[in-house]
Amino acid sequence: MSDLMTGAEMVVKALKDQGVEVVFGYPGGAVLPIYDEIFKQQGIKHTLVRHEQGAGHAAEGYARATGKPGVVLVTSGPGATNVVTPLQDALMDSIPIVCLSGQVPTFLIGNDAFQEADTVGITRPCTKHNWLVRDVEDLSGTIHEAFHIATSGRPGPVLVDIPKNVQMTTGTYQKPNSAPRKSYAPKVKGDIERVTDAVALLEKAERPIFYTGGGVINSGQKATELLREFVRSTGFPCTSTLMGLGCYPGSDPQFVGMLGMHGTYEANMAMHDCDLMICVGARFDDRITGRIDAFSPGSKKIHIDIDPSSINKNVAVDVPIIGDVAHVLEDMLRLWKSNGSKKKDVSAWWSTIEEWRAVDCLAYKMGGKTIKPQHAIKRLYELTKDHDTYITTEVGQHQMWAAQYIKFEEPNRWMTSGGLGTMGYGCPAAIGVQVAHPDSLVIDVAGEASFLMTMQEMGTAVQYDLPVKIFILNNERLGMVRQWQELLHGERYSHSWSEALPDFVKLAEAMGCIGIRAETTDELDDAINDMISIDRPVIFDCVVEKHENCFPMIPSGKAHNEMLLGEASTEGAIDEKGAALV
Amino acid sequence: MSKDAPPKTEEQQPPATNGGRRRKDLRKSAYDMTAAGAEHVVERRTLAVLVDNEAGVLARVIGLFSGRGYNIESLTVAETDHIGHISRITIVTSGTPMVLAQIKAQLDRLVPVHQVTDLTVEGPSVERELAMVKVASTGDARVEALRLKDAFRAHVIDATLDSFVFEVTGSPEKIDAFIELMRPLGVTEVTRTGVVAIKRGQEGM
Repeated sequence: MSDLMTGAEMVVKALKDQGVEVVFGYPGGAVLPIYDEIFKQQGIKHTLVRHEQGAGHAAEGYARATGKPGVVLVTSGPGATNVVTPLQDALMDSIPIVCLSGQVPTFLIGNDAFQEADTVGITRPCTKHNWLVRDVEDLSGTIHEAFHIATSGRPGPVLVDIPKNVQMTTGTYQKPNSAPRKSYAPKVKGDIERVTDAVALLEKAERPIFYTGGGVINSGQKATELLREFVRSTGFPCTSTLMGLGCYPGSDPQFVGMLGMHGTYEANMAMHDCDLMICVGARFDDRITGRIDAFSPGSKKIHIDIDPSSINKNVAVDVPIIGDVAHVLEDMLRLWKSNGSKKKDVSAWWSTIEEWRAVDCLAYKMGGKTIKPQHAIKRLYELTKDHDTYITTEVGQHQMWAAQYIKFEEPNRWMTSGGLGTMGYGCPAAIGVQVAHPDSLVIDVAGEASFLMTMQEMGTAVQYDLPVKIFILNNERLGMVRQWQELLHGERYSHSWSEALPDFVKLAEAMGCIGIRAETTDELDDAINDMISIDRPVIFDCVVEKHENCFPMIPSGKAHNEMLLGEASTEGAIDEKGAALV
Repeated sequence: MSKDAPPKTEEQQPPATNGGRRRKDLRKSAYDMTAAGAEHVVERRTLAVLVDNEAGVLARVIGLFSGRGYNIESLTVAETDHIGHISRITIVTSGTPMVLAQIKAQLDRLVPVHQVTDLTVEGPSVERELAMVKVASTGDARVEALRLKDAFRAHVIDATLDSFVFEVTGSPEKIDAFIELMRPLGVTEVTRTGVVAIKRGQEGM
């Protein structure tokens, strides 16, 4: 094949050379030449979504479930603006996404042409980097660079904006990575002096804890293996952020559960009282730290992160190590072992943790006939844990309950919108996961309100025979908003319930899916088993207690050791200052 | 919706013994931490940033500052290496030490940024700014303006019978002083370049 080809041909060739198998997209005027090339070939499968936001989240789900970049193809103007939410979502959660957008021809740019938008301007703050390609000779090199930047260092979304005339002009194709740019070279190896300092702290620690995040999963399988080996050989407790669930096995006795605003009592108390915090691939987000000046006041902190801007951003740390988690853990583990695997006796620390654990902070009261949402998630977990299961979520109470009650044994099995908190993420993300793993059980744990934001993607699921399961905890409320209104706004439930919900079973049927409804506790298990056994897209309407609140909870403006554990502890728990926070 | 509140349950409360007491004790240590206090001293810094001179690079830098709420006191940019297409951006900014470290890390993270140097902390440096100041006056004021410009080593770069344009170079403070001095003598227009800076000594960036 000659190196001379049109821009549109280059796009497809570059995607193939980058190993892309799946593209999520939606055609339109400014990308028609690329769609024409997709039509003419076999290697790349295109999944037609129902809305460009769906394409972005599907690509995110695909990327998180495979470790490979997700690819999105959209048209100019509204196509590009609709993908802004998933780009920002991927930026905050460090998910590698390559988005290709069509643009009006170069000679029309700036003319307010039909379906024109300043796409690189709009997406500049919500991508790791973006490009407007004005010359076909730069196109293939730019696409290769886009893949390199999306997947290396701290991963993230990138966007390449390609004017229609560039797609139609002939130019020379460049092979991948002929000349990576000089200004971009993420550091992967940690400073050995810092690693030495870290190991010295480890050896002296009496109340240590591993605080692990999504960076471990992003770093890859090796990082997960090293982390597990390290945690086990030290015997230290380990907690994970929302994004990090699965990097350490959820059922392992050394795992103390998720930390943060809705984390477990034992995890948050251990974070507060520890004398050494080993932060691996997490970023001291405000959902994690609670009140920042009261965050783990007595501890030395080690922070391993590939992004130098994550260091000392919210919390000053004692030993920052800039590098890739797998590389740093390898050095650290080797050094710790060669020093003789020295450590202090941590049994007293463990007995304190066991006392906190005995509080049983995730206990809930059964609701008789009415299904408690926690119970629904617990049963969902018990009945699916022996399957090859992937879980996605929307955003809200159901998301937190899923994080609390489902134990993830492996990484890349849990896709949720952490940083941005995007309602509507879970359904398209589940579709992306199912595209990557057609034979697995993929469940979107949803709330009815979130699901309504992107439910049109069930059409995509039906079209491509993707048997995703939407498990809706239906409380006819915006549950988390309602909870905050109850706790912070004097029980004034301003616009936090829906008065016109669809009949989800009929909706499922209308869309070509299977609808299941469970309304009582005793019919729950059979209904879940039915859902699992059906090899088609399912919308499961699980009608739950309407006014359940999600606990434990660190109220905004409070410290880790000021958790609310249940309804009785909420009276006056949040002051005005706290109410001003998000 | 007043009946919407859930029934309060006793069952979900933790055993008060252990958790309750501990909570109270530890809150004290948290307040101690606040009293010790983080440094909140705002410092002024001059940063030199080398970037690939490509479309949108300045927007990335400025967008970073506005998006994250950092201050820009002065910003200048020009291509300094025509062969390598490298531009040098000089930014004067201010913030607490933690914010300043963030600014540098965030700048360094931008893909087209090659290098970020903090000229204020990395050894001695010189800073200069250039201004053009138009003074319209006649008679004594005109004579006085012409006389005072020598004290500031300013130059006349345009003259009419009733106006001068002075060019003055120096530190921002010197330029402030010159403009203030000229104001009563008839300043009608001022334009300034913003600060450029360079490290002293033989060593390059």
